[in-house]
Amino acid sequence: MNDTFEILSQARAWRLEGRAVAIATVVATWNSSPRQVGAKLAVDDRGHMSGSVSGGCVEGAVVEAALEVMQSRTPRQLEFGVADADAFAVGLACGGRVRIFVEALE
Amino acid sequence: MKLTLLDQALDLAAGSIPVALATELSSGRQALVTATLQDGDLGLAPGDIADIRARLLEGGGSGMFELSAGAVFLEIWSPALRLLIVGAVHIAQTLVPLARAASYRVTIIDPRGAFASRERFPDVEIIPEWPDDAIPALAPDRRTALVVLSHDPKIDDPALIAALASDAFYIGALGSRRSHASRRERMLASGLSPAAIDRIHGPVGLAIGAQSPAEIAIAILAEITAVLRGGALAGRSGWYPDGRDG
Repeated sequence: MNDTFEILSQARAWRLEGRAVAIATVVATWNSSPRQVGAKLAVDDRGHMSGSVSGGCVEGAVVEAALEVMQSRTPRQLEFGVADADAFAVGLACGGRVRIFVEALE
Repeated sequence: MKLTLLDQALDLAAGSIPVALATELSSGRQALVTATLQDGDLGLAPGDIADIRARLLEGGGSGMFELSAGAVFLEIWSPALRLLIVGAVHIAQTLVPLARAASYRVTIIDPRGAFASRERFPDVEIIPEWPDDAIPALAPDRRTALVVLSHDPKIDDPALIAALASDAFYIGALGSRRSHASRRERMLASGLSPAAIDRIHGPVGLAIGAQSPAEIAIAILAEITAVLRGGALAGRSGWYPDGRDG
């Protein structure tokens, strides 16, 4: 769990420096997904990342969503999986499906 | 998430207090719950708080959780894992950074100042006392692993006896199969039951053919991980043909 605290401490430090920050959390997984439920990725308004929500395959799309959430301040849920054909779904290289919650740190 | 709630959660976690964080995914509203307090902008019914506290007590994992008003995402933040290393030996110098990378809080116990020096172990907690004093004071719990590495029965044996009186989830002892067999004899003679002694993983670590101190540290952390996570190699370290591991 230290992992989580390190990521959240980083998010807090960014926020205290005056940067906008969003936090993405894996809230559900199906089949084999690279990170377990609870895994986190913090993103600042320059696109800096701390932590991870996958093995690296969906982080790019999550950062984009995080930047939007920083602006809108409305939380979002994202879903990724190999079967997804829509433009936003990057697809997990390992198969499996993952749902990710993205919220702003206010 | 509100910064004030995050501050509060991080403070509690730093004090080793288990924290539950409930998030309503549609709105982002959140409630923080511990055994004694509750805060946040998500209102909870008394029955919900009781359910969340029960889950917290079990040390359950994170996931979707049904409350009276609908489902929330419930995260359980358990206090950090701990690793107590008895014997400030060469293997420990690699085991400390490895265990930290895997999120363990590490403490070294060794009454011998020449080993447990700041030069050899900068920035790690060192307790320069005999293990039979130090270990009960540290109160190893179900999130604590302990390894004895000193190779000196005067240090290792009392450490193991103290560890066996605790709930530590992993107890390992460095030494060959032969030295572990004689350790068993000594511990039986001191009145410990065979079942208690069976909790000791010896030789310590998974049998991966480790030779250097760094490789042995990897084998140790691999076995601790297998036991913690209930992996396929938990209880099958590979040291004994009959499949036991201590």
